[in-house]
Amino acid sequence: MKKELLIQNSRQLGTFVGLIVVTAVFWILSPYFLTISNLMNIAEQASINAVIAVGMTFVIIAAGIDLSVGSIVALSGVVLAGALQASLPVPVAILLGLGVGALCGLSNGLLISFGRLPPFIATLGMMSVARGIALFYTDGRPVSGFSAEFRSLATGEIARIPSPVIIMIVLYILAHCILHWTKLGRYTYAIGGNEEAANLSGINTRMIKTTIYALCGMLSGLAAVLLTARLNSAQPIAGLMYELDAIAAVVIGGTSLLGGEGTISGTLIGVLIMGILRNGLNLVGVSSFTQQVVIGSVIILAVLIDMAVRKDRTILLAKGIIK
Amino acid sequence: MRHIRKVFPGVVALDDVSFDLKAGEVHVLLGENGAGKSTLVKILSGAIQKTDGEIVLFDNPVEIDSPKQAQKLGIGIIYQELNLVPSLTAAENIFLGRERTNSVGLIEKHTLLSSAQHILSSIGLQIDCDQPVRSFGIAQRQMIEVAKALSLDARILIMDEPTSALSETEIKQLFGVIRKLREKGVAIIYISHRLQEIFEIGDRVTVLRDGKLVGTRMVYETSQAELVKMMVNRELKEQYPRHRTDRGEEILRVEKLNRKGALRDISFSLHRGEILGISGLLGSGRTELARALFGADRIDSGEIVIKGKCRKINSPRTAVKLGLGFLTEDRKSQGLVLSLSVKDNITLSSLDLFSRLGVISNKREEREAKSFIEQLRIKTPSNHQKVLNLSGGNQQKVVLAKWLSRKADIFIFDEPTRGIDVGSKVEIYQLMNQLTAEGVAIIMISSELPEVLGMSDRILIMYQHTIVCELKSEEATQERVMRYALGAA
Repeated sequence: MKKELLIQNSRQLGTFVGLIVVTAVFWILSPYFLTISNLMNIAEQASINAVIAVGMTFVIIAAGIDLSVGSIVALSGVVLAGALQASLPVPVAILLGLGVGALCGLSNGLLISFGRLPPFIATLGMMSVARGIALFYTDGRPVSGFSAEFRSLATGEIARIPSPVIIMIVLYILAHCILHWTKLGRYTYAIGGNEEAANLSGINTRMIKTTIYALCGMLSGLAAVLLTARLNSAQPIAGLMYELDAIAAVVIGGTSLLGGEGTISGTLIGVLIMGILRNGLNLVGVSSFTQQVVIGSVIILAVLIDMAVRKDRTILLAKGIIK
Repeated sequence: MRHIRKVFPGVVALDDVSFDLKAGEVHVLLGENGAGKSTLVKILSGAIQKTDGEIVLFDNPVEIDSPKQAQKLGIGIIYQELNLVPSLTAAENIFLGRERTNSVGLIEKHTLLSSAQHILSSIGLQIDCDQPVRSFGIAQRQMIEVAKALSLDARILIMDEPTSALSETEIKQLFGVIRKLREKGVAIIYISHRLQEIFEIGDRVTVLRDGKLVGTRMVYETSQAELVKMMVNRELKEQYPRHRTDRGEEILRVEKLNRKGALRDISFSLHRGEILGISGLLGSGRTELARALFGADRIDSGEIVIKGKCRKINSPRTAVKLGLGFLTEDRKSQGLVLSLSVKDNITLSSLDLFSRLGVISNKREEREAKSFIEQLRIKTPSNHQKVLNLSGGNQQKVVLAKWLSRKADIFIFDEPTRGIDVGSKVEIYQLMNQLTAEGVAIIMISSELPEVLGMSDRILIMYQHTIVCELKSEEATQERVMRYALGAA
């Protein structure tokens, strides 16, 4: 029984081992790497990808994909910045930023559920539309300079932990609970595992899917809030390639692109691996060009290993060694 | 083909079947669903390999180990689902993969067109073969398939239910082509469920039943009655422990249900405590009826009255709310989420009952799942086992538990015991008895005649998308049901 459990969790375990290996490598290469302040630095840098990756986890578990998150970050960011510069109260401006994100996600969801568009196409379209609106709205120029009250979202600390990291931790606990203890979470797995069966079980699959995409959009809005506060500036060209970082984190975390399987804790590990790679390579002095090559290779390697482990599982299943 | 035997894991699909075919004849293969017709022709066309026996072609023993090999030997097959590329033209399809090219590797379109035209006119078909296949009707596409087979010098042509999707005139046209082929000396194996057709087009007929050869007859010497008898005459080996219960009030009534191309004027009623069997051959509209009732497919017209109220069912969600439960024909693709646990699958439809404000009460959910695992004797090491790893019988019980948990009281079972071992079958039957004793009503769709006869209180027989007959269980015999199902009233 114990052995079964071990093998059943082997994928999660594999990602965790990966995290430890990456950490160990940079610890050896750089004495500064494993200091509290650098670790906080990593967590803070990773927090934006972390927030987006939560939404992406839901979407991918439901057998979908969202390519528009990066553009939504840009659009939410500039709308938020516009509201702040118009001297709207900070909470209102933040709600506006989240709302714009949710709205973009909602239209993704409606197009996919009711327009029956493939998620790839619907969100590819949104990727361009949201980016275009952001550029149009700002005339292509960044919007900068906000109140200290707003910037404290990124610069503040509680018990020496940066506030973005706190927001990230709360979000991950919340998302884990939603995925495991609520109907929304259960239905997300059911739709990704077998949409037809879910539908024939009386689940309102269209509404659930729409909700998931809206949620993903709203979290991109949240990422925009954090990003804007940190940079003290909102740029219409912000968030480029964010979708790929988020998808990579989710996939490294062991969530199947085919849907139906995956965990929030896995995604967290995936986000940390990506963050550590970025930070560590910087510390060691690897050029940003080479970094891209390394990170790309790690993603491919992670998925290759994952597939091999899965194949093993299938063989073990077939032989009746595990059940 | 002599003494052909085919064993699938756990099932003998063909047992010592011999079959002979003469040049220039139309030889009809007849049998119920699962009788072994398809297996036999698949062996001949190289799609699967025989376990035992030999195939002799023009006095030479041959081994057919791939479709390509069959093609080389002059054996062509036309499946029900046609294998044409819709976006390519008729001519391109006919010569797909064998295009003649000129010295620089370009396709000689002119030769292609003229040879295609030549073949098509030899079977009496006048169409523009430079049009994409998509623009032709099903009958014409079939003939394009025939032409393709002929272009490969097929001497044996297998046609699997070619008329199932054709209109009367199209059938006439197809028969014209078949007669032409016969004159040219092509031997044709013709699989069909339609008895009348056999007498119109067939020369000889071979009947299979449960993977065994029943006999071969000359068409002019036999009769519909004899063929039906050959198809169904088997002893009832299995146990059908039906305990009839008193029929309660009417729970469901369907009036003049129509769906274009799927259902025609369907009317019936269902009462608490009864099992209403629905029999009919594949494609007769059985599953379409179940899907329409359950809101999975839209209906064009008609009324569904549930517990005295006229209802519009436009989604499975509505159906579930109204107390319907649907055990689909294909458990794995439609009934279960294989990647989820036994518990998650059992409570999939009834999570509302265990959650407040969207948060699931874990304890109550576990308790519910456990109680069903015990009650239905689902064999699983734990609640958290993925359903993927359960046997067919236990998977079916999980689907049943899902609807019991939802407290459904109108159950639709589509092929309730398909792919389930004999022991579990009897268990499922007993559960059906238990359900009806508690006042639940069951619609049972099944291809297995003994099951329909053994378990139903009343039997509706479907043929060509409509109900052709209703029989009480006492007046139903396998022969009677089969006669109606074959449209031989």
